[in-house]
Amino acid sequence: MPIVYVARRLLMAVPTLLGVVIFIFVLLRVVPGDPIAMMIPGEATPQDIANLRAVYGLDRSIGEQFVIYIGNLLRGDFGESISIKQNVLSLVLDRLPATFELAFVAMVIAIAVGLSFGLIAVYWRRRWPEYAVDTANAVALSLPEFIWGLILVLSLSVMWPLFPISGRIDPVQAADFKTQFYLFESLLTGRLSLLREVLEYMFLPAVSLALPLAAVIARVLKTSLMEGIGQDYVLLARVKGLSPLRVLLRHVLPNALISTITITGLHFTFLVGGTVLVELIFAYPGIGNMLYGAAINRDLPLLQGVTIIFAVIFILLNLLIDISYTLINPRVRLA
Amino acid sequence: MANTTRRAFLETAGASALAAGLPFSIQPASAAGADTLTIAYSAAITAWDPNSGPQAVSPSNQSMYRSIFDPYINQNPNLTLASGAIEKYGWNEDRSAIALTLRQGMKWHDGSPVTTDDVVWNLQRLGDPKVGHPLQAVFASNKNFKVDGQTITFDVSPWRANMLERLSFLGIYLLPQKYFGKVGKEGFEKQPMGSGPYMFDQFERGSFLRLKAFKDYWAGAPPFETVVYKFTTDASSRVAEIERGTSDVTMDMPYEEYDRLRKKPGLASACYPVSDVALLFFNSDGPFADDNVRKAAAMSVDKKAIVERIHRGYAKALDTLLAPEYKGYDPTITVPYDPKQAVALLAKSGFSTAKPVEFTIQVTRGFKPKDYETIQAIVQMWRQVGLKANIEVYEIAKHFELRTQHKLAPAAFASWGNASADPESSLGTALNSKQPHSSWKGGQVDAALEALFIQKDETKRLDGYKAVNRTIAENAYILPLFQFYQPVIYKNTLKFTPHTAGFVMPTQFKLA
Repeated sequence: MPIVYVARRLLMAVPTLLGVVIFIFVLLRVVPGDPIAMMIPGEATPQDIANLRAVYGLDRSIGEQFVIYIGNLLRGDFGESISIKQNVLSLVLDRLPATFELAFVAMVIAIAVGLSFGLIAVYWRRRWPEYAVDTANAVALSLPEFIWGLILVLSLSVMWPLFPISGRIDPVQAADFKTQFYLFESLLTGRLSLLREVLEYMFLPAVSLALPLAAVIARVLKTSLMEGIGQDYVLLARVKGLSPLRVLLRHVLPNALISTITITGLHFTFLVGGTVLVELIFAYPGIGNMLYGAAINRDLPLLQGVTIIFAVIFILLNLLIDISYTLINPRVRLA
Repeated sequence: MANTTRRAFLETAGASALAAGLPFSIQPASAAGADTLTIAYSAAITAWDPNSGPQAVSPSNQSMYRSIFDPYINQNPNLTLASGAIEKYGWNEDRSAIALTLRQGMKWHDGSPVTTDDVVWNLQRLGDPKVGHPLQAVFASNKNFKVDGQTITFDVSPWRANMLERLSFLGIYLLPQKYFGKVGKEGFEKQPMGSGPYMFDQFERGSFLRLKAFKDYWAGAPPFETVVYKFTTDASSRVAEIERGTSDVTMDMPYEEYDRLRKKPGLASACYPVSDVALLFFNSDGPFADDNVRKAAAMSVDKKAIVERIHRGYAKALDTLLAPEYKGYDPTITVPYDPKQAVALLAKSGFSTAKPVEFTIQVTRGFKPKDYETIQAIVQMWRQVGLKANIEVYEIAKHFELRTQHKLAPAAFASWGNASADPESSLGTALNSKQPHSSWKGGQVDAALEALFIQKDETKRLDGYKAVNRTIAENAYILPLFQFYQPVIYKNTLKFTPHTAGFVMPTQFKLA
């Protein structure tokens, strides 16, 4: 792994992050919605408002607030949430594993379904499986994640009670987890019944998130594969007597995966964005759920903290995508 | 990473895809056993100090706070005051000081006794600006605490007529001084403790709260061993929870869904008035500075039609900001629905349907039940008499910001909740131009209201509020619309006692 490349990319991330910090700080103070006005009851006095502004440091000028905020950030202090009254960083790190696991499972489902559908559509092109895949893709793409969530709740939780409606684990049973990574912890400690429970609770929100992304992956892969099978090297492989399936999987697919991975990485950001409403529908205790509450309450420190941490995640994710190119296709080298 | 091969990478991805296909079991279509009550609740609690920060005064949090913590003074379902942790309460003879008598033998959840020192520490904490209670300046009036046996007395200076009522509702809970000091603010957030009917057991932020019965509760052991609040903020998920039977109780669903669910076998229902009042704020600057325009706007709204046709009968039309459960409510104050009179009033100011008064009306969409639909109907009614309103939809956060800056549009939809039931907490602040939440800055009733703030004779005080209320209705400084109802659906194996404050807490349920 070229360490210099990774170090250079990480260094380039610093100005990006600074831009994000400035942008979100200014944006949150420009958009309407005063957190103090939101929190005070009807009979609060002007003195109550002044006291609360002082408590949350909102009585200072925006410039002063920004300097204090940057200084605290450099010390790793993301501030205290107004609505939750806890350290922002610990709150985000506490909830991040839930969203990470949900996004991970959604990605796995989307990739598995998307790749399978893409391959099926090309292998049986101009036959009914291709038409079936195209129709399924169109349906999956036509609805946003939260509508899929509602449809899945009604169909697979109420009409056919196969999956739980809300939450991450059974709230009545005492769950003994040492970390917030319920899925990975139960998997690594071999507690299969707990693993199954966690997957059952996660399945519907994950499928809601995965469906549109799976359709995108299938479409991009199909297009890339169709381009690939017209190339000379494919003709050569056929002449050498390789079976069509082997040619598709061993020679065409690795090249087609490059563009598919790029698109998948880009759409991962949309998938994370989709967690906000999906987590709300399923009462899934992740970052998206918390972000929604923070936006409603105009919890400025929490909104800032979540945004910055998401920016860090996206930067790292893009780096990982670039690195993964070399694993998929050795012809690609990191520059 | 350096040893990872392309083949290994693809194999790992394939194995992960297979793992997603683990066989699933059929889920049980019922909530837990009879000793467990599961509530699909419409809001999520965010923090556990019930006397500090914005969550302390959020009405939706109070059901959960009241399950764990005791308020100083209890409230009956009709909002009148009742004995609680404070067994006896009242003003002294000249109404300058309050005496609170702490119930004997009360225990915190760790078994230690609740003492008068705890009560004094809590009262002092409410008035401490560093703690960050949103009504700190109000509670800072309480001073000179003295303890005699089980009784705590303190002066209320400056005097506040509704201080006893204030100690019964938002952000007024007893916390254990020693435990709080031992675990600190952060520790308390992780493991809150009170003296209420239920003990904190487990909290999954954004997902659920689990409580266990406190056997030594002063009012007797509660009926359910375990209580689970599921934070199902999405209405369709709450409906799914009760419909499938994985929750025993749910609330705040659309009225159409309520009507459908209440007919289903195995379910019982209640839809009852709560202390939230829907209203239109008028801005004293702009077209509503004209008396005729304001009065015409008030007279041309058919509230009964709105209640029947939009809210399916689940609301109560009101002509004053005080609901019937509030002290000082006067049923004789009415504003007639009279579109002909409205036309005549507008004509006096030179307006007609051909030359209407044009202005903006602001409303949230979905923040309160049928808020946008209600405004659509009002705009249509107004158009018939010569008032042409353009609807602007905004977020609730913007509403509060504009309201405290006196920048609301000429008309703006809002709701005012006042479960303390004292007129000072609604009429006294909503119409007093010096208060931050008042949209009407005309000042016509300021002097009358401020005189009532210091009126110590309770009969004169309430009569005074009735008189001010009549003046407000006659001059249409505000347009009260209706009192909201709260829909609750629960299994018919339960018996439910509704509470006008809108609480949905386990102590309101019993096995039928």
